[in-house]
Amino acid sequence: MMLPSVLIVLLIAVPLAAYTGRAKGALRSLLLAAPAAVAFVLLIIAGTTMIATGEAVSFRVSWVPQLGLDFALSLNGVGLLLGLLVTGIGALILAYAGAYMGQHTEALKLFVFLYAFMLSMAGLAISDHLLLFFVFWELTSITSYLLIGYQHTDEKARRNALQALLVTGLGGMALLAGFILLANVTGTWYLSEMTGVRELVTGHTLYPAIFTLIVLGAFTKSAQFPFHFWLPNAMVAPTPVSAYLHSATMVKAGVFLLFLMLPVIGGTPAWELTVTIIGGITLLVGCVFGLRQHDLKTMLAGTTLAVLGLLTLLLGIGSEKAVLAALLFMMGHALYKATLFMMAGSVDHETGTRDARLLGGLRKSMPWTAAAALLAAASMMGLPLFFGFLGKEYTYKASLYAEMEWLVTAVLILGNAMLFALAIKAAIIPFWSKAKEQALPKHPHEAPWPMFAGPLLLAVLGVIFGIFPFLLNPLITSAQSFSLGAATPAEIKLWQGFNLPLLLSGVTVALGLAIASLPRVVEKLLHAAKLPSADDVYDRVLSLILGASYVQTRALQSGYLRNYLLIIILSTGALILSKLWRFGLPEINIANGITPTVAVMSLLMVGATFFAVTTSSRLTALVSLGVAGYGVAMLFAYFSAPDLAITQILVETLTVVLFAWVVYKLPAYRLLSSKRTVAFDAVVSCLAGGLVTLLVIKSNALSHQPSISQQLAEWSMPLAYGANIVNVILVDFRALDTLGEIGVLAIAALGVWALLKGDAKTSNKPPAS
Amino acid sequence: MNSIILKVATRYLVPLLLVLSLVVLYRGHNLPGGGFIGGLIAGASVMLMALAYGWNDVVPRLRVDPLRLMVIGLALAIFSGMIGLFDGHPFLTGEWLPTYYLPLLGKLKLGTPLLFDVGVYLTVIGFTLKCAIALGTEEGAC
Repeated sequence: MMLPSVLIVLLIAVPLAAYTGRAKGALRSLLLAAPAAVAFVLLIIAGTTMIATGEAVSFRVSWVPQLGLDFALSLNGVGLLLGLLVTGIGALILAYAGAYMGQHTEALKLFVFLYAFMLSMAGLAISDHLLLFFVFWELTSITSYLLIGYQHTDEKARRNALQALLVTGLGGMALLAGFILLANVTGTWYLSEMTGVRELVTGHTLYPAIFTLIVLGAFTKSAQFPFHFWLPNAMVAPTPVSAYLHSATMVKAGVFLLFLMLPVIGGTPAWELTVTIIGGITLLVGCVFGLRQHDLKTMLAGTTLAVLGLLTLLLGIGSEKAVLAALLFMMGHALYKATLFMMAGSVDHETGTRDARLLGGLRKSMPWTAAAALLAAASMMGLPLFFGFLGKEYTYKASLYAEMEWLVTAVLILGNAMLFALAIKAAIIPFWSKAKEQALPKHPHEAPWPMFAGPLLLAVLGVIFGIFPFLLNPLITSAQSFSLGAATPAEIKLWQGFNLPLLLSGVTVALGLAIASLPRVVEKLLHAAKLPSADDVYDRVLSLILGASYVQTRALQSGYLRNYLLIIILSTGALILSKLWRFGLPEINIANGITPTVAVMSLLMVGATFFAVTTSSRLTALVSLGVAGYGVAMLFAYFSAPDLAITQILVETLTVVLFAWVVYKLPAYRLLSSKRTVAFDAVVSCLAGGLVTLLVIKSNALSHQPSISQQLAEWSMPLAYGANIVNVILVDFRALDTLGEIGVLAIAALGVWALLKGDAKTSNKPPAS
Repeated sequence: MNSIILKVATRYLVPLLLVLSLVVLYRGHNLPGGGFIGGLIAGASVMLMALAYGWNDVVPRLRVDPLRLMVIGLALAIFSGMIGLFDGHPFLTGEWLPTYYLPLLGKLKLGTPLLFDVGVYLTVIGFTLKCAIALGTEEGAC
């Protein structure tokens, strides 16, 4: 029960945040962070049970049994790690946001969205059923759309939110298709049951499709090249959102998926080649992007891209060492990157700018933030005794045993060196350089404590885990054994002797220092290599799609009722015609069943209709139509269908009365259509009427089956205690149809009301006042 | 329109028509009638009143907003369908009370189909009136 209670706590927290967010001062931060902290503790309890007893912690209830969809949760090592990051960092972010966001009702929305996002992310981490996983996956896309577009009055925020939604949504669709194929091949929907299926899946003829679709989902979510462009654009969100979604959690979902899929579809040449290369490209693209920026947040966004690329690259290698390195790097990154983002937000909050060129000497005015930034930056640079060092060491260890090890290692060294330089640029220089002469928009001072306590805590954790890495052994072992499909106790050691990785670390530091100390040269180099931006490509594709739908909409949705009617009538006619073509024309026997009464009534109706069409007075046309309608009612009565006759008479009467009210308001009658239009309409109407007539005759002739009405009539009394079979059908046998029909009635009435009365002036007034 | 005859006649006709609509609603299960027809009759009776007195006099005298009538009707119809669920039957299964014998009405058979029909009845009245008011009144008059 531990797993569902995590979700329940977060589910309650979603609406609750709208109330706790109204508190003031530090209390607001504490109240906001509390549910996430509770979820964190629950996950720790579940995790210790799992690791201590070695038994799976899971939960399963039937949800949509018709689809074979269970609400199945199960904890595995990687999921535990992700879940702890989501809830733990989430609690700190919420506390931070409580101080960062001003006291206005708009901010409450942000807290609610943040919890909704946390819920989806936690669900993702612990869901066991592939479809449930997909549901949570899509929920993270939707909630992140709301969060990115939080400043919805800003056009750029809306555009970038939509971009993130479209890109990740595209990946989501691919993922769904991939999951369905995967479940078909393996015969199970449960991740926990997909052990030892790798041979089966990778040998299957559908493997290329499964691989492409699932990896596409992971790449779009984790902003891998060439889908990387949405991540820097998502930085329009308020800083707590960027710190949470786009550094520590959501973008990790794609990497998490790769972790999960490594034992299922990984290890093939296709996997190793594609995932490694894409990861490598993203690493370099992200670094170069970051180095070009001056805004602290976009700079950090570039480094996030780079790290996501690095993690992807490691998972592409997929060896034991690579998985270990990826786990360490992922955790280290989450700790320092969330800190740095919050630092960027605090600097922005307290100085009024995030432009690195204007910032300097902030250590005096913001000592705590500066300390947190320093520790986090040291971890990001991968200096010894910091957590980031371990991630980097193990990365080199893994890369040295990969295929094409020299190329992979060279890419990693280059990437890590640029990350090193970026850490200096983003987190050291603003605090430890001399203050710039240019005045800052605000006079800087330290942020309130909820805004530096969280970053400081994360940064200190980075140091603790850096010095005592064995603390993480159980967690990392369990995660690693999941992705490798075999239990291998991890031994994370700080000091591993003088070896090649240590040497490579030295090279990285030297190269990083060189890049950081020669900003001019780097800038020139980067400017020389101007690449077409993927953002432009996105814009071009989007405008193409919009153009196509514009053309299609203009063609189909003219806005003229007569055109819609024409389309409906013509397509119905075409359908009937195709059926008649296939089954042959009916035999028409004119004399059959026509009595003098029927003949007279029919002639009357035809005459009335003709009169209605040709008259030049609306009222006359109206009355003539009424005559035709009553004629139909008489026919019903004649063929002993009293219910239909009564209904027809009532409807006909009401229609005429309603019409009469409207007729007064219409402008004078004029002949607006040209002769040609009139002739065309006449032809269409006659054709449609003729075809329907043929259809009715044909369907009467086609009754091979014993009539359904016979059966219903037999059932009516014993089953439904009703003698009026029409009514019994309406309210009992086919009650669902009737329910739908009265629903349509209600909607139609609302539509009529909105069309006639729905302008801003009158809509506020209650209609019956 | 200002006709004394119509006005006077309406006074007597409308209550009669409303009672008629209820009778038609009830007897529908065994004889021609039912919620749809009953609703149309009731709606027509209000429209008759509007013809005689004008909507400006009629709309304020409606006790229930037609929109609300529709909502209640739909809710009743859905609720009548859900009664069967409690018995473990599918949605909209007809469930019947035991038959009572009343002195004047004779056999009284009550069941969820009748409740459903009442829902139809109310929805149809609401629909008819909502449309009639929308079409029959001037912009912003009511």
